[in-house]
Amino acid sequence: MKPLREVGILGFGGYVPMYRIKDEEIANVWNAQTSGLPVIEKAVPSQDEDVFTMSYEAAKNAIARAKISPNLIRAVFVGTESKPYAVKPTGSMLVTSLGLDNRSLAAEYEFACKAGTEAFQSAIALVGSGMLEYSMAIGADIAQGRPGDELEFTSGAGAAAFIFSKKSKETVAFLEHSVSYVSDTPDFWRRQGQKYPQHAGRFTGEPAYFNHIISSVKTLFEETGLKPSDFSYAVFHQPNTKFPLRVGEILGFPPEKIKPGLLSPVVGNAYAGIVPLGLSATLEVAKPNERILVASFGSGAGSDAFSFVTQEALEEKKNLAPLVSDYIKRKKYVSYVTYALYKGKIPR
Amino acid sequence: MSESVPRYWREIKIRERLIGSKCEDCGRITFPPRKVCPYCRSRKLTEVELPKKGKLLSYSVVRKPPAEFEKYAPYVIGIITLENGVNVISQLTDIDLKDVKIGMELEGVLRKYREEGEEGLIHYGIKFRPRIK
Repeated sequence: MKPLREVGILGFGGYVPMYRIKDEEIANVWNAQTSGLPVIEKAVPSQDEDVFTMSYEAAKNAIARAKISPNLIRAVFVGTESKPYAVKPTGSMLVTSLGLDNRSLAAEYEFACKAGTEAFQSAIALVGSGMLEYSMAIGADIAQGRPGDELEFTSGAGAAAFIFSKKSKETVAFLEHSVSYVSDTPDFWRRQGQKYPQHAGRFTGEPAYFNHIISSVKTLFEETGLKPSDFSYAVFHQPNTKFPLRVGEILGFPPEKIKPGLLSPVVGNAYAGIVPLGLSATLEVAKPNERILVASFGSGAGSDAFSFVTQEALEEKKNLAPLVSDYIKRKKYVSYVTYALYKGKIPR
Repeated sequence: MSESVPRYWREIKIRERLIGSKCEDCGRITFPPRKVCPYCRSRKLTEVELPKKGKLLSYSVVRKPPAEFEKYAPYVIGIITLENGVNVISQLTDIDLKDVKIGMELEGVLRKYREEGEEGLIHYGIKFRPRIK
């Protein structure tokens, strides 16, 4: 898929909460093995944070890099599965808190971990069709995992925001092509009113994660004629450390092209936020005229694949806001008890 | 005590964007915004968004807060001198009590203030944390 007029990323910004818990600490609580853990540590939000506040900070950083007045942005889409209200849009809350024009579109997208890139597609389409000049897509989550469940070892938190405009000298990267690929694959779900998701164990691998990402990326290759060696970087969905490296190996991407955007080992899986956050981190190290492959995965299931090409403006705009690496360095470890308290797993 | 929905709605912009008032006659800025300038009694006031960066002027540690703030205790309420010289009172966040120092550089971030139970509204506003960059 490609819009009628060329679209680029005008601004981008990430956010990671300050607190961390080591997987080893979680393993010790549940008498689990401390070898072969899926990530090293994961981000834990403070008690006063949620998807709205994390999205706000990521959006502020994106606006700083976009170098435009916020009231020019006329669409805010938030991809998440942990929005503060079941009914009350986070998008409209962001319009008011960021000082955007009230004549805006605002909505949430839900597609498990690919809701953020789903929001990308809509934000890109609005600008690409000429309906809007500027749109913003955010991926943000405070991932849920039942205490003691496998998911608890990886469920992290984070957000990233992207402002799209027509391609110009001001855009840091432009969209070359995209593909969306979905099917009914029940690998992970959460019923209405339930606090924690269910998952189908090993079934989440081959028929879900690998099949959908490989299908979207191979389709992108077929439709564009591009091959792995044409890309300097690749950002894959990262439910753990192993899967993105393995899917990269299958598709022909060596680890060094994946690692700049591989954040789950130190942030955890921030669900709909992790691929946008990985793209932010990759843009922070990329040079102009490099190609970046982005392939998300969302349970249920689907994958959005994008090819972005970086531009000259990237160099100048990188340091206009805190880097994802600044947020990753800013950390304070908490015990399992504090983590459980902050995440509302035990009442106060 | 929960606020009325209309009052909460009226104050969203003030709390989440730090909207103060500027007197067109004497030029002084006040926060929260006023209908009448407390310095010169002028009624010619316009809304102004305050900067989100500043320094800690003074603070107090709250150990026995009202019920709806209990989960944050002990927490710090500070007076922050913003870059334009205006002082605002706000809660500090992402900081341990031992690290609070008068004069430290702070920046405003949007955070939850309180929640009206499990079913009510969530109140948000600007809190201040140590500056990241």
